[in-house]
Amino acid sequence: MGDSLKRTPLYDLHRELGARLVPFAGYEMPVQYPTGILAEHAQTRTAAGLFDVSHMGQVRLTAKPGQNVAKAIEALVPGDIAGLQPGQQRYTQLTNDDGGILDDLMITSTGDHLLMVFNAACKEADLAHVQKHLAATCEIEPMFSRGLLALQGPQASQVLARLAPQVASMKFMTGAFFVIDGARCYITRSGYTGGDGFEISTPADATDAIARKLLAQPEVKPIGLGARDSLRLEAGLCLYGHDIDTTTTPIEAGLLWSIGKERRTQGGFPGAAVIQKQIAEGAPRKRVGLLPEGKAIAREGAEIAIGAKTVGKVTSGGFAPTLGRAVAMGYVERAHSANGTKVDLVVRGKPVPAEIVPMPFVKHAYYRG
Amino acid sequence: MADTKYTQEHEWLRVDGDVGTIGITQYAQEQLGDVVFVDVPQAGRKVAKGEACAVVESVKAASDIYAPVSGEVVEANAALADTPGDVNAEPMGKGWFFKIKLSDKGELSGLMDEAAYNDFVKSLG
Repeated sequence: MGDSLKRTPLYDLHRELGARLVPFAGYEMPVQYPTGILAEHAQTRTAAGLFDVSHMGQVRLTAKPGQNVAKAIEALVPGDIAGLQPGQQRYTQLTNDDGGILDDLMITSTGDHLLMVFNAACKEADLAHVQKHLAATCEIEPMFSRGLLALQGPQASQVLARLAPQVASMKFMTGAFFVIDGARCYITRSGYTGGDGFEISTPADATDAIARKLLAQPEVKPIGLGARDSLRLEAGLCLYGHDIDTTTTPIEAGLLWSIGKERRTQGGFPGAAVIQKQIAEGAPRKRVGLLPEGKAIAREGAEIAIGAKTVGKVTSGGFAPTLGRAVAMGYVERAHSANGTKVDLVVRGKPVPAEIVPMPFVKHAYYRG
Repeated sequence: MADTKYTQEHEWLRVDGDVGTIGITQYAQEQLGDVVFVDVPQAGRKVAKGEACAVVESVKAASDIYAPVSGEVVEANAALADTPGDVNAEPMGKGWFFKIKLSDKGELSGLMDEAAYNDFVKSLG
């Protein structure tokens, strides 16, 4: 590996659009376009935004003869994958033996295969992990050169329906194959903004043309990683490496909902003993939403205190453009994690009063039919 | 005639008599992106040259603002609390941060004039 940054199939397009490109997870990625993060955020909340997420790791899993691919992957994740019908998608995590999170991911069943989407920074390690454990039972095909476009926002459906009419009736967390512009794409109705939207997996050489076609629609503008972060923060969604990592369990992170009901009792995934104990007895700490008073922004790393006692730490914080105020999330000791608890966030040495609040900060707007 | 000086940290200082008005440059606001909050120092605070005394928050990050000269803060731009976007729209106008009563005008000679600052920005590529 040299120092050179990788590029997605949309690199030339980003340059043409005047993006500010920054290194991110080994890729040269757009953090914002000339209109800026606030405008991009508002665009995605009110119309439609197109994100290049081709840096994420797409991997296809197929059962070897006589094997069951869903059962195989369940040895690595706590989600109910065996229960996925063809065309259904699930959010889950790769866990380690301590119940920590190696990565969080989406798994979609196509009927014949499972399609997984890993975080960009984790994808090589995830692939090695999956190969180590599943090589005997599954064909594992990294598709890291494919494009992945996210079209997000309340007008995403009407826009994408011009290119693939059947997407309009798809429900949240489902997927299907479509031909767009002569290229075979896999589309899921999902995303990372808390709003309605789609992720479109494209053949590498078709990605640029499809992106341009989407950007030619009047409702669509390009959106960078900056707004992707402020959108997901408002939606209360975890960012891997910040809000979740190998030291946090899915229970501490408030992700119990993503663990299959049967799997909670039956286990059979790495760290099951730790996670089952936390389900039964409560986790020592919890991820909570935090609403600071005033305008100061408590960012990642800020201490959460009650009086002179430190009770936790902020893992993500920033300005929530939809609300016009600062929000944060972080971990606090369980005894202090109830909604309505008053805490201080220590920002540059000064306590900023804040309250523990439920998340999301901005209501989800998923399309459930 | 007010004289404007610049720092390598991309602050500007416009001196009128013994009071200097301080803000960030066009280059700085472009680099920061959308400004959403500015934490300005209270009037009466004494600051030393190079001391971190204000913070500008963009959507992505917080950045310290350093006093270009030593002195006493005499006024902060209260309007920025409600309209932090002024820093992006008019960084050298209504987006000013605070005013300082200089304690040593000799410190001004260590700052850049406009031509030197423009050359400095060009050198950053």
